[in-house]
Amino acid sequence: MTSLSQRPGGAVVGTEMEHESAALHVTGRALYTDDLVGRTTHVLHAFPVQAPYAHARVTAVRADAAYDVPGVVRVLTAGDVPGLNDAGVKHDEPLFPDEVMYHGHAVVWVLGDTLEAARRGAKAIEVDYEPLPALVTIREAIAAESFQGGSPTVERGDVEWAFENAAHVFSGVTEMAGQEHFYLETHASLALVDEGGQVFVQCSTQHPTETQEIVAHVLGRQSHEVTVQCLRMGGGFGGKEMQPHGYAAIAALGATITGRPVRLRLPRQQDITMTGKRHGFHAEWRVGFDEDGRLLALDGTITSGGGWSLDLSEPVLARALCHIDNAYWIPHVRVHGRIAKTHITSQTAFRGFGGPQGMLVIEDALGRCAPLLGLDPAELRRRNFYVDGQDTPYGQPVRHPERMVAAWEQVRATGDVDARRAEIDAFNARSAHSKRALAMTPVKFGISFNFTAFNQGGALVHVYKDGSVLINHGGTEMGQGLHTKMLQVAATALGLPLARVRLAPTRTDKVPNTSATAASAGADLNGAAVKDACEQILARLETVRAGRDIAWDDLVREAYYARVQLWAAGFYRTEGLHWDAAAMRGSPFKYFAYGACAAEVEVDGFTGAYRLRRVDIVHDVGDSLSPLVDLGQVEGGFVQGTGWLTLEDLRWDASDGPHRGRLATQSASTYKLPSLSEMPEDFRVAFLDKAHEDGAVYGSKAVGEPPLMLAFAVREALREAAGAFGPPGVSVELDSPATPEAVYWAIERVRRSGHEGS
Amino acid sequence: MTPELMSEASITVNGDLRPLGGTPVHTTALDFLRGLGLTGAKEGCAEGECGACSVLVSRPEPSGGTRWTALNACLLPAAALDGQEVVTAEGLGEGSALHPVQRELAERGGSQCGYCTPGFVCSMAAEYYRRDRVSTSSTSSTSSTSEAWHHALSGNLCRCTGYRPIVDAAEALGPPAGDDPLAARRDQSAPPSVATTVVHDDGVFVRPVDLAAALAVLDEHEDAVVMAGSTDLGVEVNLRGSRPAYVVAIDRLPELREVSASRAGAWIDVGAALTLSEVEEALAGRVPLLDEVWPQFASRLIRNGATIGGNVGTASPIGDLAPALLALDARLLLVSSGGEREVPLSEYFTGYRQTVRARDELIRSVRLPAEQPGITAFHKIAKRRFDDISSVAVALAIDVIEGVVTRVRIGLGGVAATPIRALRTELTLAGQPWTAESVEAAALVLAEEGTPIDDMRASAAYRSAMLGNSLRKLWVSTGLDHRWSSSERSVETTAETGDVDGRGAQ
Repeated sequence: MTSLSQRPGGAVVGTEMEHESAALHVTGRALYTDDLVGRTTHVLHAFPVQAPYAHARVTAVRADAAYDVPGVVRVLTAGDVPGLNDAGVKHDEPLFPDEVMYHGHAVVWVLGDTLEAARRGAKAIEVDYEPLPALVTIREAIAAESFQGGSPTVERGDVEWAFENAAHVFSGVTEMAGQEHFYLETHASLALVDEGGQVFVQCSTQHPTETQEIVAHVLGRQSHEVTVQCLRMGGGFGGKEMQPHGYAAIAALGATITGRPVRLRLPRQQDITMTGKRHGFHAEWRVGFDEDGRLLALDGTITSGGGWSLDLSEPVLARALCHIDNAYWIPHVRVHGRIAKTHITSQTAFRGFGGPQGMLVIEDALGRCAPLLGLDPAELRRRNFYVDGQDTPYGQPVRHPERMVAAWEQVRATGDVDARRAEIDAFNARSAHSKRALAMTPVKFGISFNFTAFNQGGALVHVYKDGSVLINHGGTEMGQGLHTKMLQVAATALGLPLARVRLAPTRTDKVPNTSATAASAGADLNGAAVKDACEQILARLETVRAGRDIAWDDLVREAYYARVQLWAAGFYRTEGLHWDAAAMRGSPFKYFAYGACAAEVEVDGFTGAYRLRRVDIVHDVGDSLSPLVDLGQVEGGFVQGTGWLTLEDLRWDASDGPHRGRLATQSASTYKLPSLSEMPEDFRVAFLDKAHEDGAVYGSKAVGEPPLMLAFAVREALREAAGAFGPPGVSVELDSPATPEAVYWAIERVRRSGHEGS
Repeated sequence: MTPELMSEASITVNGDLRPLGGTPVHTTALDFLRGLGLTGAKEGCAEGECGACSVLVSRPEPSGGTRWTALNACLLPAAALDGQEVVTAEGLGEGSALHPVQRELAERGGSQCGYCTPGFVCSMAAEYYRRDRVSTSSTSSTSSTSEAWHHALSGNLCRCTGYRPIVDAAEALGPPAGDDPLAARRDQSAPPSVATTVVHDDGVFVRPVDLAAALAVLDEHEDAVVMAGSTDLGVEVNLRGSRPAYVVAIDRLPELREVSASRAGAWIDVGAALTLSEVEEALAGRVPLLDEVWPQFASRLIRNGATIGGNVGTASPIGDLAPALLALDARLLLVSSGGEREVPLSEYFTGYRQTVRARDELIRSVRLPAEQPGITAFHKIAKRRFDDISSVAVALAIDVIEGVVTRVRIGLGGVAATPIRALRTELTLAGQPWTAESVEAAALVLAEEGTPIDDMRASAAYRSAMLGNSLRKLWVSTGLDHRWSSSERSVETTAETGDVDGRGAQ
């Protein structure tokens, strides 16, 4: 057990605690960025002019008419930018574009005394466009060879030899849709100019440091002139990792030009049409098995739909390639990756960050191949699990593969899986028009940013003279309970009751140079940094204590008078990581998080509609820092994954009509995320026992992303239920998302192949 | 401009009288509340789909008391709440004294990011205070209370929790305490509807006190836009920039809020301004087909605001009520200052969102036959079970006497520019024996009805297939061959009510 992971007796970590802001949430008193507007005077409101083309050249902007609208104060255009006209880190995202790159791209922004004035002003502006050809789908981009960024390959062994020697070889194409984040709080920024020209931006951002950097480079300032604060977010899920920067920059630009605070909040329709989403992927694969159904080789090309700019597409692709194996040992692997450049929103981080897309490829292949191999899909999966001593295709040893087995067997036992599958067979035999199925899938997910430099965290811990403690850290709170965990870590490290510790909002002038709160790594990185700061203070206090039994408050007071520093900056970097991004080799992950899920569905043969009858999950959270928080992450992640795989249906107009490239599902009435009715009827979640993680703070594991991928069990259960409408041995192709319509067509294909076979 | 009138308009918010002052006519109740510093209610979608803006409004109960009714504040103009009482999450409790709903949600992990939470709190509190709610602790049957909670919360979206802790919090709630002020408030009458006139430079909002006054306003103002629950108009204002110059609110007109029998009990007249929640309660199971529609119609939050007249009046081709009302052979009573006329619903729709209703007419009531068909079913095809818009809706009403189909009416939504009757299918099936063969023949015809299109909700092929399958599914669930059923709940939210021997038709 390392000193990082060792947990003292009576630790506050590990106790079940409600969210630190729960009482504020339920009483409506928790403040989000846009709630500050009413507390700020003379605020201007920003509204965009959105282009009605997927791809076009802007040939003229006539903004004069906007100034005739009462209440319009300023129209912001490219000419107003004193620094760099760019909203991203790759310098391929003009803040004010002269070339429209997607339908809904904001061309200029209007500032008004009221939102209504700004809206009317935007409506009054005339923009001339010269429409250009546009690529909307990944298939179109592949055909046009329109790609962007690097195209890495993960490779091991001798794929050609393996296919020659495989007993069974199958190939296929797997396509999967992206996903809209649909955080309930849309993007919001409130910028004002402080004394001395200092710019202060309150922003709903997962990455305050990068927001700060982008605001600074747009304004042509240095980072120390810009402070970004994030009180909390109403959901992030990756959608506020890189997407907030440009909007914060617009607000900051408006504030510096007018001298008035500027609020920019995207209404839902703007948010959904303008901001990036989970990448859809297209994959062509060939897979070889030995006679016993053991995976021998995987070969293929995966293409992500990157949208109009590079954004985070490269690391997303890297993570997809690093998760193409999921939990399975595949001796010979060669998978190429590439990023399609299309004229839609710039796709970005979303919980799992490419991992789900990579894993879906192998899970889809196994689900389709199992009937052809004559194997039960669960058995096929189980047979291919990693065992100790094996490496991933990119060369990282798979530590603790026995935990994957333990989770799997625990689900099977506590979920009563064998008996229920017998019941399901009996049900299906007597039910002609509805079928049930129970599927099991595993999750193995690598924790750490692929890009090694991001694996650092910072914290600032103050002990005041009265013994109370205030902590700050580099992570942001988006509902995942990071602040709750950090309070528990500080209380544990200092040996204090929780009531003595408070946490202040995330600000770039408290903890600088932070990494995004992303990659599930928030608690690992910032928790270790908080612990480090606390231990520095404790070490100083120990010299004051000099072995005496003395109360905390007295000790602190004594230390102050003895002129001992009562605050500390903590820092942490994850050790032991190395990654060669060009060769796609190394050990990019500190550890793997494991999980297993069994899902039972019932499908109506008339409509393809389905019910999620029961879900059993065993998930590996290490030694949980905060069990109620972790349970919420597992359940919420699972349901969000189920939404991606079965319900959430992004549709762009890919026709040649006048609205080509327009997102057809651009509101809550057309883009459906899971509601209460999609909750499993019987939902049982357990944490894996004996799961201490040596490499992380107090033996815990990251939990934000991995549970999302437990939802593969739902998709596989739908596939198996659709298959039950036909004869055995039929490979079932199922679209993703598996909407009722998609399931219906899968059933129809199964029925047809049954007729053909008879 | 009449500043005096403007200054009179006010809303009681969390017990305090808050004047509307110079609030523009098209300012939503949500923005008004947030402008007061009550920022608990949030805008999540601005179209009544997510419930983050849910607040409690005191509404009259048929018994004379008050019902705390959850409504989407984003859809209502603030002016529509003149004279009313509103309670927000802030008004229910505070940190040191949480409301039971708030306490359960907080302790059970019912909030993560917390953004949707105040809305959930209000929707949950509305159900908590519902008089005939049965709390889990006092009954052995948990499934019905669970079902009630599911419907009460069906208009609220949460992106973080996956809902389990929210449902657990709800189901843990006992009855309100004896000294609960909002529970006590239920025994007094709700605030009466008051005449409102708000004039601002963005338009005029008028709420007449009675039908005659409303019709007079329509006669005077050719540009008047009629508003009932504002669940449609609110979306037009918020998402499509519609800013009607003159809005007439009719949802509280007493003449439009009655349920009565007419023509010796042969018809049930349902007042057009009754909300769908109120209609459901007032009909009390008398119209089984509609009882299948209610749980699938949008969400409780929407049904609490949307009126039956508004749903028919807006003439959406994808509204869920019209297909059912067509299958029931409903009629509409239209009223103007010139008098009344009755129009069969099947002759009401003339084109996409076009009807025979004249500009100066209001729907006074929806007239339903008291006699109910023997077999009815409502099949809604959508991606999501709650709070979704139909890609196809099929309402079936069939009488079978001695094994022969004596009468059949099928209403369809989502397959044409208007809700339509499946007339060719009806002709095919009428007079035929109620057998698998004749059902199959009719299903083939039904699949060819309408002109379904491909859109983001479904393909045309799927829509057509679902038309035919709706009849096959009905047959399987009611027919004479082996019954299709799962032991518990049906796969869809459809739950056919069958009456094979035709007793229901007598």
